[in-house]
Amino acid sequence: MTELVFGRPRSLTRVPMHYCPGCTHGVIHRLIAEVLDELGLQGRAVGVAPVGCAVFAYNYFNIDMYEASHGRAPAVATGAKRTHPELIVFTYQGDGDLASIGTAEIVHCANRGEKVTVVFVNNAVYGMTGGQMAPTTLAGQVTTTSPLGRDVEQAGYPVRMVEMLAALRTPAFLARVSVHSPARIIQAKAILRRAFEYQVKGTCFSMVEFLSTCPTNWGLTPPEACRWLETHMLPYYPLGIFKTPEGPERTPAPLESLPDARGVQAVPAAAAPTGANGETGE
Amino acid sequence: MARKLMKGNEAIGEAAIRAGCRFYFGYPITPQTEVAEYLARRLPEVGGTFVQAESEVAVPNMLYGAAGTGERVMTSTSSPGMSLMMEGLSYLAGAELPCVIVNVMRAGPGLGGILPSQGDYFQATKGGGHGDYRCPVLAPWSVQEVTDLVQDAFDLADFYRNPVLVLADGLIGQMMEPVEFQEDRRPCKALPDKRAWAARGWKGDRPRAIINSLFLDPEDLERHNRDLKAKYDAMVRDEVRFAEYGTDQDYEVLIVAYGTVARVCKTAQEDLAEAGVRVGLLRPITLFPFPYEAVRRAADKARAVLVVELSTGQMVEDVQMAVMGRRPVHFHGRQGGMLPSPEAVAEQVRAILRDHAAGPSARRRASRRGGAS
Repeated sequence: MTELVFGRPRSLTRVPMHYCPGCTHGVIHRLIAEVLDELGLQGRAVGVAPVGCAVFAYNYFNIDMYEASHGRAPAVATGAKRTHPELIVFTYQGDGDLASIGTAEIVHCANRGEKVTVVFVNNAVYGMTGGQMAPTTLAGQVTTTSPLGRDVEQAGYPVRMVEMLAALRTPAFLARVSVHSPARIIQAKAILRRAFEYQVKGTCFSMVEFLSTCPTNWGLTPPEACRWLETHMLPYYPLGIFKTPEGPERTPAPLESLPDARGVQAVPAAAAPTGANGETGE
Repeated sequence: MARKLMKGNEAIGEAAIRAGCRFYFGYPITPQTEVAEYLARRLPEVGGTFVQAESEVAVPNMLYGAAGTGERVMTSTSSPGMSLMMEGLSYLAGAELPCVIVNVMRAGPGLGGILPSQGDYFQATKGGGHGDYRCPVLAPWSVQEVTDLVQDAFDLADFYRNPVLVLADGLIGQMMEPVEFQEDRRPCKALPDKRAWAARGWKGDRPRAIINSLFLDPEDLERHNRDLKAKYDAMVRDEVRFAEYGTDQDYEVLIVAYGTVARVCKTAQEDLAEAGVRVGLLRPITLFPFPYEAVRRAADKARAVLVVELSTGQMVEDVQMAVMGRRPVHFHGRQGGMLPSPEAVAEQVRAILRDHAAGPSARRRASRRGGAS
């Protein structure tokens, strides 16, 4: 008697994915599907696909799906969740979609505390249109629209979305994970599962940012891309849980504790980016 | 139910609730904010949900998510907000999602002003958003009529799986009039079952719901465009609405006007009748589909046509298309939130008749003068 110990998750269709060789979208899709299966959510999950490389995600998830306009997936998710709170609603968005054209929608979806889950895939580049600079493109990184490398004087610094959303008062679960190694993939799945569990319990908004590779537009082989992510992205985008609904409030040091009223220099330098609750993925 | 004095914007909100709408997503903008305020208070009383969105860009996408689950949903806005909603409206039309959008028009372009206008006629009837789509556009002329049309709009939206626009001018939103809600109102269309396509969680008992407007294969997209066209053709065939006043008798000039402007024209018509000048009035209620046939028929009985609008001339192009050069079409417009008086409309009618009495060259002059007013 043989026992099936590894197979395709029920929450994935049998449609072959269109992603480039070595791209980590497929891994992230699978993690979502495994979590939906394990939590028994396939029958009430509704996903919202973005505009970007994952635009066809509705072909791959074996659940009811929406295809949203560029950046608006959190608004679409809001509409679906508010009409049917029993649905488990998630968005799947890239960095151009979420961190550029959709900043208003993601910030306010998080700030309203919509009980939805956002899967944010950050590969530091616009993938589908062929490798243009994204808000998340690293300083000095060469892309087709930053041919001399991202100039932070002109384009600003890469946006850290998780840290930005962690500043909101509304309770949320916010984490950054990576999928560049098997160990990180296992860790990422555990974090993603926790994000969905918060939605199942109706606790809070949850978002997991996945650091992801784009071998095609980075001009690297898949193994090189994983090493590039580790070398270049991890130092700027630290992994960790940045906010939990149970966690303490982020409160700056009260002004009275400063040495004197002019003590601007006494304000500590920017806090180490390891997360408000001392939890890190390291 | 007894008649009740209501402000137009509040009547719009109550009409939505009577139509079974339980979800409203909106953003404050003058002169329609009372719709949102009314529903923020009223929807929780009936188990509904009010969401104040971050922008009018987000609003139609919230409608997209909410309508995609098969619920009756609506928003309301005013002209600058409507421009922001154009992106989402195109996606709603492309994905064939039923919803109701009320535009209480104010004067433009740009930030313009906050007083009544009909400057969004082109935007509402000729597209507005990108791509090749149409939405039924309903134009009320009273608070009572807007309550009726908002309820009909939900039925039309469900029947055609299409966004429906209610295009009211700022006067409708702001004025108070007696309203009566019909207790035993019946839907104006047979309502289809939405369960076949709504995204409410896939349990294997139907094909997966995919709420989508993307068709990368050109053959697929053309098929989709033709399916949409067939739907729009059915609207043109079955949904034309208009009202006529005094067209069963002989008349010399036909006035075409919609919304509250038609009320000004009706007063002018009555004033002129007392002076022995006979005028017919045709009021389109659906701006898409436009009552081309009715306008042509009514124009044929007149010597000339006068179109009155709160714009520099938008619906007049549809009237010209209906009349097809068989009668001269004159135009009288006010802009910026200014309204035509019944006296000004009556004077325009008299001027047209004087010019027609004087001969063809004078008629051409009159037509040009009318066009510039």
